[in-house]
Amino acid sequence: MSDTAHESGGAGPSHRSVEAGVAVVVAAVGLITVLGSLKVGIGWGDEGPKAGFFPFYIGLAIIISSVINLYQLFTVADDGAVFATWDQIYKVLTVVIPTAIYVAVIPYSGIYVASALLIGLFMMWLGKYSVLVAIPTAIAVPIFFFITFERWFLVPLPKGPIEKLLGF
Amino acid sequence: MFDDIGNLMHGFAVVLQPQNILLMVVGIVLGVIVGVLPGLGGANGVAILLPLTFSMSPTSAIIMLSCIYWGALFGGAITSILFNIPGEPWSVATTFDGYPMAQQGKAGEALTAAFTSSFVGALFAVIMITLVAPLVASFALRFGPAEIFSVYFLAFCSFVGLSKEPPFKTVASMMIGFALGAVGLDQMTGQLRLTFGSETLIGGFDFLIAVIGLFGIGEILLTMEEGLSFRGKSAKIDLKVVIKTWKELPKYWMLSLRSCLIGCWMGISPAGATPASFMSYGIAKRISKRGNNFGKGEIEGVIAPETAAHAAGTAALLPMLSLGVPGSPTAAVLLGGLLIWGLQPGPLLFVEQTEFVWGLIASMYMGNLVGLIVVLTCVPLFAAILRIPFSVIAPIILVLCAIGAYTVHNNTFDVVMMLVFGVVGYFMKKANYPLAPMVLAIVLGDKAEVSLRQALLGSQGNLGVFFSNALVSTVMTLALIALFWPIIQNGLGRLRGKGAAAPAQ
Amino acid sequence: MSVTSRILSFGAAAVVGAAFAIAPAAAWEPTHPVEIIVPAGTGGGADQMARTMQGIITKHNLSKQPVVVINKSGGAGGEGFLDVKNSKGNDHKLIITLSNLFTTPMATGIPFSWKDMTPVAMMALDEFILWTNAEKPYKTVKDYVDAIKAAPDNTFKMGGTGSKQEDQIITVALQKATGKKMIYIPQAGGGAVAVQLVGNHVDSTVNNPIEAVAHWRAGKLNPLCVFDSKKLDYSEKISGDKSWADIPTCKSAGLDVEYVMLRGYFMPPGVSKDAVAYYIDMFKKVRETPEWKKLMSDGAFNTTFMVGDEYAKWVANAEKVHEDLMKEAGFLAAKSN
Repeated sequence: MSDTAHESGGAGPSHRSVEAGVAVVVAAVGLITVLGSLKVGIGWGDEGPKAGFFPFYIGLAIIISSVINLYQLFTVADDGAVFATWDQIYKVLTVVIPTAIYVAVIPYSGIYVASALLIGLFMMWLGKYSVLVAIPTAIAVPIFFFITFERWFLVPLPKGPIEKLLGF
Repeated sequence: MFDDIGNLMHGFAVVLQPQNILLMVVGIVLGVIVGVLPGLGGANGVAILLPLTFSMSPTSAIIMLSCIYWGALFGGAITSILFNIPGEPWSVATTFDGYPMAQQGKAGEALTAAFTSSFVGALFAVIMITLVAPLVASFALRFGPAEIFSVYFLAFCSFVGLSKEPPFKTVASMMIGFALGAVGLDQMTGQLRLTFGSETLIGGFDFLIAVIGLFGIGEILLTMEEGLSFRGKSAKIDLKVVIKTWKELPKYWMLSLRSCLIGCWMGISPAGATPASFMSYGIAKRISKRGNNFGKGEIEGVIAPETAAHAAGTAALLPMLSLGVPGSPTAAVLLGGLLIWGLQPGPLLFVEQTEFVWGLIASMYMGNLVGLIVVLTCVPLFAAILRIPFSVIAPIILVLCAIGAYTVHNNTFDVVMMLVFGVVGYFMKKANYPLAPMVLAIVLGDKAEVSLRQALLGSQGNLGVFFSNALVSTVMTLALIALFWPIIQNGLGRLRGKGAAAPAQ
Repeated sequence: MSVTSRILSFGAAAVVGAAFAIAPAAAWEPTHPVEIIVPAGTGGGADQMARTMQGIITKHNLSKQPVVVINKSGGAGGEGFLDVKNSKGNDHKLIITLSNLFTTPMATGIPFSWKDMTPVAMMALDEFILWTNAEKPYKTVKDYVDAIKAAPDNTFKMGGTGSKQEDQIITVALQKATGKKMIYIPQAGGGAVAVQLVGNHVDSTVNNPIEAVAHWRAGKLNPLCVFDSKKLDYSEKISGDKSWADIPTCKSAGLDVEYVMLRGYFMPPGVSKDAVAYYIDMFKKVRETPEWKKLMSDGAFNTTFMVGDEYAKWVANAEKVHEDLMKEAGFLAAKSN
């Protein structure tokens, strides 16, 4: 994916700074792994190698490779490539934010109502569909899933107050 | 041997009763549905339908259930190729080239190749089961912890060093996979680790959630970034594509044969279909002349993992029947079914329940054939899904992903994790970290770790256990050769360059 | 709404929900699908029992509402137990237990106990048998114990399911009885444990009857003794001229270890008495079916049935036994976690 800079029309965060950020986060994951392993023991016990034996070295390997990645990043000259243009980031966020809200409300509203809202709004907002197309689709899809999962395959999915009202 | 052939013919007679053929078609169709909806894996599908089969005869019941199993295996490839969402661990390797193919407008070719390869792999394994069942079962008994570890090690070794990404990003990615796989309960000590007191982490990170997020959601984000459309969706799709692809396939016979052998071997040794698919893909990439094109939509990259995965999935039924060890969660549920019908899997099953066993084997032949016909007829239909506009299909995929993530542990926290993995996958992909090694490590990491620790525990820390007999030594040596293959190849090349007599190969 | 919701159909293999089942006398009845939580993976003993019961209930129309089996195996089953503990007052949720009801909170510190739930009924007790490979020269418990005693510590390997759970607890008790340490090698499932023994990768196992019976019948494994206080009930010939009833108890054979595993049901806290009565009644009907009887004899289960205070008392006692054994073995979780 090194061709991300091909649409160099717009400005955006530099590829280099984002990559440095990723490397730091990766190293942090490694550090957490090492600390967690030390808590459960990394030596040899009655049960053979202890629970932290493996993850400890895994964590070390993560930290070391991340440091090397950082080093390599700063030893080559910055080519000035952008990670993504602000416009592209905006587009990605138009999916991430509604999905985050969707995921957050599932425990309260149940998955069916939340899904209907997600599909309907997504179609109207991003797809510019008319209400007449979007709403029937938004209602039909969750009903299809409801029948398939809850009725045919007996897999209960999260349900909220509306389903309760209808007696499920 | 001749008795067996007679039994098999009798089995075919049972399977070919109209009622059983109907059950077969119903089973395949249900299986495909179960395989396509990520919330219903093959194991779930079989488990849920199991109680409904109590009123049938065991033979009819197993025919229907094993057809659900085949259908789910076929179905898993569909979402991998169309949406980059592997529903089962062994479909992951299929996404590497299947999804790029679909994006280039070759979804029909990819699906046909995948289905046909699955059929070939499964058929090869069934023939092996028919001919050498007893021999094979006793081979499986030779696998203790050290031997099992050596097989996982081989799978890792034949896969690493493959990616074009910077080596230390590959290492970091794989190690993060191992670390994520380690979260939760440690099987060896019964201790919680890396959970930091959190109740939501005790279940660990399931592979499916990681994959749905990294691949499925991550891909939607990448597509969004590039504008609102699936590339190449306009490709013309009709049944002719099947015939056209079939004309291409015979020239890959060597690849298929190798993948079948890898699959059968991994299926019998209890490692299973997932390492088989990764290993077959890795080896194909190294050996193929078009190896550099792997990952960009190479048909060989679809044939190799699909053939091996299905050969392994089918071969794994043999240890299940003759030893009672399930090779996959789905097989575990089938095993439960056998017990409920009063059939005891074990060495005597083949002697005492000949009608059932040969009926099952006959149904494997027929089920696969029926399955192939059913799914191939639907290729245009599946491929047509890509014509639905992105702004309609994207939210539906998001909903399917959420359902899939929830049903893994029936936990809404997993849905949150799925989205986190999606964002992580987006960043990793853009920062040039390969995702495949990470997924391989999440899937196989804890299993490999457990067998390594079992082996060390049994030998009280003596590493010699990995070279203690011919079987384990051979596999370990093969693994080391695979790991250092680029160096070895380089060395051989230099020898040749000097004009020295290099060994063949 | 509930009329349409009751219709379940699966193409040709349609089995229609029990729209006209004879209603039990109890006043309470489920109004939507009943969930059975299995705190273990698919294919294990508890899962098989729950799914068999689901099949029996469907086939014999014992419930107007469908019964759904859900696996929540994370954290050695802790996930399933926490779910039930947190579903206060939910009359439509049951959980089937295995020994991890006691061992998981003790070994991992995951905060739950049987006292957080409402006991419903004990369906059966699962037996444990000491198995060795038939190629080995141990014909009786005494032969085997003598061999262990004659060898240095950590010579003999015991295979078992999971860590710090029932199989390892029995192993610890065996170590205490013989005075020698064994290497305990945990596997993921009972079937794999038995195969490791057949393949001679371990020296003995304490598999449940159903996990090893196929290998016994094939002459690959020998049962040495059963860890119950009395011999098994099933006198049908299994292997050669031997039946389950011919296996001596370990205690009578000189190995003073006893252990059985609970297969019982619990409900969330704060459920109505009528609901509990309803499920007890349903379980009694399940026990009368031929399918259930077959499951019991295939697995050589101890078919003791208990409800109410008697059941609660049994569970309390079993918890005490586990706590003692686990404390002695050093398996209790450190308090800091």
